[in-house]
Amino acid sequence: MNLALPILVPVLPALGAAAGLATGRRHPGLARPLAVLPVAVSAVLALVTALQLGTGATLDAATRLAPTGGPEISLALHLDGFSSLISVLVGLVATCVQVYSTAYLKDDPRYPSYAALVSLFTAAMFLVVYSGDLIVLLVGWEVMGICSYFLIGHHWETADARSASLKAFLVTKLGDVPFLFGLFLLGADAGTFRITEVLRTAADGGLDHPTLIALLLLAGVAGKSAQFPLHTWLPDAMAGPTPVSALIHAATMVAAGIYLVARLLPVFLLSSAALLVLAVMAAVTMVGSALCALAQDDLKRVLAYSTVGQLGYMAGALAAGDRQAAVFHLVAHGAFKALLFLTAGVVIHAAHTNSISAMSRIDGLRRRVPDAYWTMGIGLVALVGLPPFAGFFSKESVLTAAEHAAHGEALTGTLGPASAVPAAAGWTVLVAGLLTALLTAAYATRLWLVAFHTGPAAPVAAPADAPYSPEIDEADPAHAEPAAMRWPLWVLAVPTTGFGLLGLRTDWLPRLLDGESLRPGTETMVLGTGAALIGLLLAYAAWRTAGTRAAAGQPATDPGRLLLGPLHGPARHGFGVDRLYTALFVRPTAAAARLVRFLDRAVVETYVRGAGAAPGWLGRAVRFAQTGNAQGYLSALLAGAVLLAVLVAVGS
Amino acid sequence: MHLAYPAVLAVLLFSVGVYGVLARRNVILVLMSVELMLNAVNLNLVAFDVWLRDTLHAGQALTLFTITIAAAEIGLGLAIVLLVHRTRRTAAVDGVTALGDRHEADTEEVAR
Repeated sequence: MNLALPILVPVLPALGAAAGLATGRRHPGLARPLAVLPVAVSAVLALVTALQLGTGATLDAATRLAPTGGPEISLALHLDGFSSLISVLVGLVATCVQVYSTAYLKDDPRYPSYAALVSLFTAAMFLVVYSGDLIVLLVGWEVMGICSYFLIGHHWETADARSASLKAFLVTKLGDVPFLFGLFLLGADAGTFRITEVLRTAADGGLDHPTLIALLLLAGVAGKSAQFPLHTWLPDAMAGPTPVSALIHAATMVAAGIYLVARLLPVFLLSSAALLVLAVMAAVTMVGSALCALAQDDLKRVLAYSTVGQLGYMAGALAAGDRQAAVFHLVAHGAFKALLFLTAGVVIHAAHTNSISAMSRIDGLRRRVPDAYWTMGIGLVALVGLPPFAGFFSKESVLTAAEHAAHGEALTGTLGPASAVPAAAGWTVLVAGLLTALLTAAYATRLWLVAFHTGPAAPVAAPADAPYSPEIDEADPAHAEPAAMRWPLWVLAVPTTGFGLLGLRTDWLPRLLDGESLRPGTETMVLGTGAALIGLLLAYAAWRTAGTRAAAGQPATDPGRLLLGPLHGPARHGFGVDRLYTALFVRPTAAAARLVRFLDRAVVETYVRGAGAAPGWLGRAVRFAQTGNAQGYLSALLAGAVLLAVLVAVGS
Repeated sequence: MHLAYPAVLAVLLFSVGVYGVLARRNVILVLMSVELMLNAVNLNLVAFDVWLRDTLHAGQALTLFTITIAAAEIGLGLAIVLLVHRTRRTAAVDGVTALGDRHEADTEEVAR
């Protein structure tokens, strides 16, 4: 097939970004077409590439980039079902977000640079997805990181945005350093950075340190995909504009870690220890983040914790050895979470607040934003995982994978033996997944009921010290739903509703991936949906209880507080992980910095100052001799001449 | 005539000149002392020229040059003295010290 198409996919948005940055200041009118068109064309090209490639085929092309003497770095392209599927998702979400942003950031003076950075980010994500070389993939990976940093700090006037962007950058970099070492070790062991050859070496048993490599890579994945213990940056990243949260911090960038593990899964399958670590990480992440989401008052923070939890599902699927399920959930989640964030943006513009308890006091919010109301409902049902929405099928496939792994029959397909996955990993993911299904249903229901169905008669009291990431917005609430913000919602609602059905027939979606079945198993389907229904009913009951209490004149309470009980306080603050990190890392670092400053000021600078002061004093002393009296000078001259004469006479 | 007489006379003349240059306050007297020193040198030149029996009489020729230069120098010197006297109303050497480093505050300002 023609190579130009897949090459153009990452190149076009990058060119659009460059053009947008170059012309943004002088020709603001060009910013919108330059933002939307390249990304939209890339999305179409990605779709065409995926269709041309078809199912079960792969495409590899490479040109040598840098002869290093060691493992070579090549500009390589690797297309298969996984990459074409994810690239279509990236293109779709990025186009929707760009269109949406034209309206969402209509009055923002920094819109041109914002749009250019979103385009650059899209290009980097395409590069990560299409790259067949680990070093080129790393380039895209880091470009995404820096774009994320800039975009979280878009409203840099606020201290929140500044510190959130720094935090995101530092925490993800903390994972990226071991990740880099992992890549080098992998390249050194395999003798190449080409992914296909790395995988061939892994299959032949040619890797000497699979556990070490897998654990180092996992650190980077935990940072990028916001898995425990490096998940703390994602909730704070909501200080960025909402479309950025939808594109970067929900649908694409955070999924890059999952995608990387899916690509390199044969390497991970060589080490059962790494899979166990991944399973425990995923389990802790999903349960903890679901509890946190239940206690948040900030709409975007609820969605952020929910993203962390859903990424935990994907990581769990990978720990169970099933990359099909992980990528299936990745794409389904990308669609419905982008939809949820975009609707959240509309609602925030309409309500002029992020706080769902404040939204509960607004009368008729749902009539003001009817489209967002309905599409958010669709997104939340998909998040809960009720049939026939996308989230149901993808979550069930994860649970099915975990169940198979727990029985020692992991769905590794052709990637490795089923026995490579420890049964404990399967059990961990299965139990945590079912618990999370319940909690997810509970927080989604709570969000929906409190924000739209509570009304000013029985408002919900806001917790006094809830973490909050407000956005600067001056939108007119009466026009909170312009067409450019309404249509992306319905476009994304289509895959949110229907994408899961593609997994039913073995000749549709599964053919594109590894070819295994994606049908949900009966037991997990009953258990998972049952857990979701229980969570839904619990949240509804708590909301009713809170409503009757408020009607009886008692102080209004949040349904989340009723459900969580004593856990509510810690969960609201993310179980104090941030405080722990402050005590463990931030304070010692700050103290060390103060010590260095003291040493620099008190010790090093003393020498420097002394070196300057001594000649100064000497000069001041010499200046006393300069009186202006010519006779004085002559006397000194004569004295000097006599002295020289005497010295010469004595010397000779 | 023995060389010692003119040499001693030249030393005496030069010493008187040095004393005048270093000790007199009046600029005119300082200039005259400079002339004394120059003439001590001239005397030496002539005396040594004779004593060395130089066929080219380089010493005497150099003396003529020195006299000319001394005349030019005294002319310039007197002109400067006149100008200083007109602008500053003084002819004292130790009264003209404007180039000295006495304006502490001003120089500090410039250094910054």
